[in-house]
Amino acid sequence: MIDINIHKQLHGSQGVMALDINLQIQKGEFVALMGESGAGKTTLLRILAGLEHAKGKILVEGNSWENMPPQQREIGFVFQDYALFDNMTVEENLFFVQNDQALACELLELTEMSSLRQRNVARLSGGQKQRVSLCRAMMKKPKLLLMDEPLSSLDFSMRSKLQHEIKRLHERFGTTTIMVSHDIHDVFALSSRVLVLEQGKIIQDGTARQLWLANDKYCSVEVLELEEKSDKVMATVYVAGKLLEVEVNSDVYIGQHIQITLNGVYL
Amino acid sequence: MIDFAPFWLSFKLAGLTTLILFVLALPFAWWLSQTTSKSKPFFEAVTALPIVLPPSVLGFYLLVVLSPSSALGSFLEDIFGVKLVFSFTGLVVASCFYSLPFMVQPLQSGFETLNKHMLEAAYLAGKSKFQTVLNVALPNVKPSLVTAFIITFAHTVGEFGVVLMIGGSIPGETKVASVAIYEMVEIMEYGQAHIYAAIMVAMSFCVLLAVYMFNQKQKTKIGLL
Repeated sequence: MIDINIHKQLHGSQGVMALDINLQIQKGEFVALMGESGAGKTTLLRILAGLEHAKGKILVEGNSWENMPPQQREIGFVFQDYALFDNMTVEENLFFVQNDQALACELLELTEMSSLRQRNVARLSGGQKQRVSLCRAMMKKPKLLLMDEPLSSLDFSMRSKLQHEIKRLHERFGTTTIMVSHDIHDVFALSSRVLVLEQGKIIQDGTARQLWLANDKYCSVEVLELEEKSDKVMATVYVAGKLLEVEVNSDVYIGQHIQITLNGVYL
Repeated sequence: MIDFAPFWLSFKLAGLTTLILFVLALPFAWWLSQTTSKSKPFFEAVTALPIVLPPSVLGFYLLVVLSPSSALGSFLEDIFGVKLVFSFTGLVVASCFYSLPFMVQPLQSGFETLNKHMLEAAYLAGKSKFQTVLNVALPNVKPSLVTAFIITFAHTVGEFGVVLMIGGSIPGETKVASVAIYEMVEIMEYGQAHIYAAIMVAMSFCVLLAVYMFNQKQKTKIGLL
């Protein structure tokens, strides 16, 4: 189990803010960390990794990580910008962490990167780089895997492919994981628990289902365009990746948030 | 017959200065690139002084500090038997001061452009700062490294004022190429001066051309061009 009780004063864009986290994470849990920009999500990851200091304690399976340098923490970290060693090939990036041929082979196979193992990382695509970054983070067989928006800079198809690979790795190694994400789709697909951070405090803690499963069929959407069609006023709105036309009253204006119903009917 | 001794002396001086400066400047440039200390501008200004100061000013102070009548000079001469004025050793010491910014600045700016997360990833991989500098930072700033080496070397070969003040012109000991050219002009040996000067121009151009070609090749390699 990981027991986190930390406090740090942050100087954000909205002045001084206190990051206060009191949290227990079970072994093998996949925790998604959500919240507005500047809520303290990345800072929390960096504190856990030992890259930033904070008051308080971090206990990992009974061992205190207080004042422990990042080199000694058993952490795997996946950065949003990959942060690969550009002077090395794919496999050199992995071996730099640990010279474990068998593990490197397995990880590269799981992420379908085996054929690119000799390639210089500077010549990889974004999705390939993020997979290498993920494999590299797993080379230490970490007690805690930290991922800072690992999928945010990837396009939709690559994102869902990598989502599956992260899931596969988690199922295979059972590493306790904390992932920062803004995307409900990613969070729902991967995490067993969701924490929502606001102004440095955890304001929601539960499963994705508990937090977001709609209890009603109403949905608030923004009016993007209005058009008159044979005495009817039609508003164009964006919902669930599609543009919809809905009939509205004549006093509705562009930019207004209106409520529409969603009928969850299986076709 | 052209006497190449001043050139060899210049190369020896420049080679030694470059090597010594690399060892000394590397940790300093790394510290400057990573520190958030308020004293950083002070150290940056001190490092850059040789660029703006007339070489005679630097030469004068080095002469004052290193001469046998000074505390440091007499200490070094009494204890180690090392004479730092009008000697090759003195030239090396003076050159290290004179060329310091040419080693520190390219390295520092190279290190500053490195992705901070990449260095942190090395720490999280369990690597010490020294291992990180050696295996991650330096290989990723190759163009800066080459620039630092070549510019320091070329600049030391081209130094004149400081060398003249600290070393004078002792053949085979302190009479480097730039001093030799000056002397030839003084005694109106323009033909010899021409040959020496032309060699210096050709050599400097080749060195700089090599640097720029290497940098272009590096950029192509990492996909910037």
